[in-house]
Amino acid sequence: MSIDPDSLHVALGAIFLVLNAGLSILLGLGIVRRMAIAAARMVVQLALVGLVLDVVLTTRSPALIVLTVSVMTAVAAYEVIARQERPLAGIWGYGLGGATMLFGAAVVTVFALGVQLRPDPWYDPRFAVPLFGMILGNAMTGIALVMNAFVADVTTRRRAIEAHLLAGAPRMLALRASLRRAATAGLVPIVNAMAATGVVSLPGMMTGQILAGADPAQAVRYQIMVMFLIAGATGLGVSVAAWGMALRLSDSRHRLRVDRLRG
Amino acid sequence: MDADSRPVRLRIADLVAATVRAPRLDLRAGQGVALRGPSGSGKTSLLRAIADLDPNSGIVELDGQPREGIPAPEWRRRVACVPAEPAWWAALAIDHVPAGDRGSSIPGAFGLTPDLLARPVELLSTGERQRLALAIALARQPDVLLLDEPTAALDGSSRAAVEAEIGAALARGAALLLVTHDAAQVRRLGLLSVAVVDGRVAETP
Repeated sequence: MSIDPDSLHVALGAIFLVLNAGLSILLGLGIVRRMAIAAARMVVQLALVGLVLDVVLTTRSPALIVLTVSVMTAVAAYEVIARQERPLAGIWGYGLGGATMLFGAAVVTVFALGVQLRPDPWYDPRFAVPLFGMILGNAMTGIALVMNAFVADVTTRRRAIEAHLLAGAPRMLALRASLRRAATAGLVPIVNAMAATGVVSLPGMMTGQILAGADPAQAVRYQIMVMFLIAGATGLGVSVAAWGMALRLSDSRHRLRVDRLRG
Repeated sequence: MDADSRPVRLRIADLVAATVRAPRLDLRAGQGVALRGPSGSGKTSLLRAIADLDPNSGIVELDGQPREGIPAPEWRRRVACVPAEPAWWAALAIDHVPAGDRGSSIPGAFGLTPDLLARPVELLSTGERQRLALAIALARQPDVLLLDEPTAALDGSSRAAVEAEIGAALARGAALLLVTHDAAQVRRLGLLSVAVVDGRVAETP
């Protein structure tokens, strides 16, 4: 049995946000404005996505699917930069973030569509777009974290890295510790999510399916598959982004190039 | 041997980096040059540029071989640069000494006992760390030494030991570029003085 809440009942969910706002004013926490903007953004964005998805799923046009995926990737690349304290200067920040996300998410989504789910046609937007979006969103978090952590580590340990280079170390050896720390930081959310899933938390997708009336066993199978895909794409994206950062923040003469950061 | 008849070990011409330029600076085998000038004049930047640690342009040659033709890691092993404040990339002092150089007598000459080398770097004193950095650079017998105030943090006996090893390196044909504010040290090591003013290095005769 599935229950389809109407708009009024959906809006009733916001009552707790109003309660939060009252609490914030009472305690002087100063979070009303941020929460209100975030909630309004969420409503507008999801409403627009609903409209777009309706058109994309109805027309099933490959060009429209490519356009949707491209817009999603561009917005995600912008989000990655927005989360950096000191992003790469120029086009590199957007380029590296966007390219690594697209690489990780595209490889994994195409694999899932072509090998695991096999819809007809293989790019059926009902599967391709939500799957790509979910994988992209998680890869985005990992890639933003790895890029931020790498820059923070390299700028903090700059003298130690340069000392290693002066001792004759090749750049990748001198940057290895920073690479490891950054990669670990980038993978923490997905590793934690996998470890806690089903015990501490029930994943949103699975919960959504069950609420919409799906068989729990089927929802669990879907969730396991999606977690594998998300972890795979995040791992791929994080690894390539870390190497890309190391290459961009050094040069062929094995120098550290923090001058290639913005600001 | 007369200094002018010795082969040029390090040749620098029209070197331009962000904050320093060196129109001409030749260091012959066994020759030492002291860079003098006020703080911020570009002495450290010059050492970093020669070590190829910062982007720079111009001609830098080692024994007639252009720097671009030598892979950067090899260049830095042959042209050893020790900053005024050494930094460390591993936990233990000994981990900074390449396996091939661990038989060198230099750490011992600098008072760096095996027990001391087995300690974490962060537990060493400022002077011990300075001696460790110099010992690591000297132990690999580089062709050129670029030293930035190498004895600033050392006591008299340590300074004498370091100067003795620098003298030994010069005697075997290494070239030396030394940043120091110690005029007596320049005399003791028999160095030629070259001025660095407002980011410009005076030409060597």
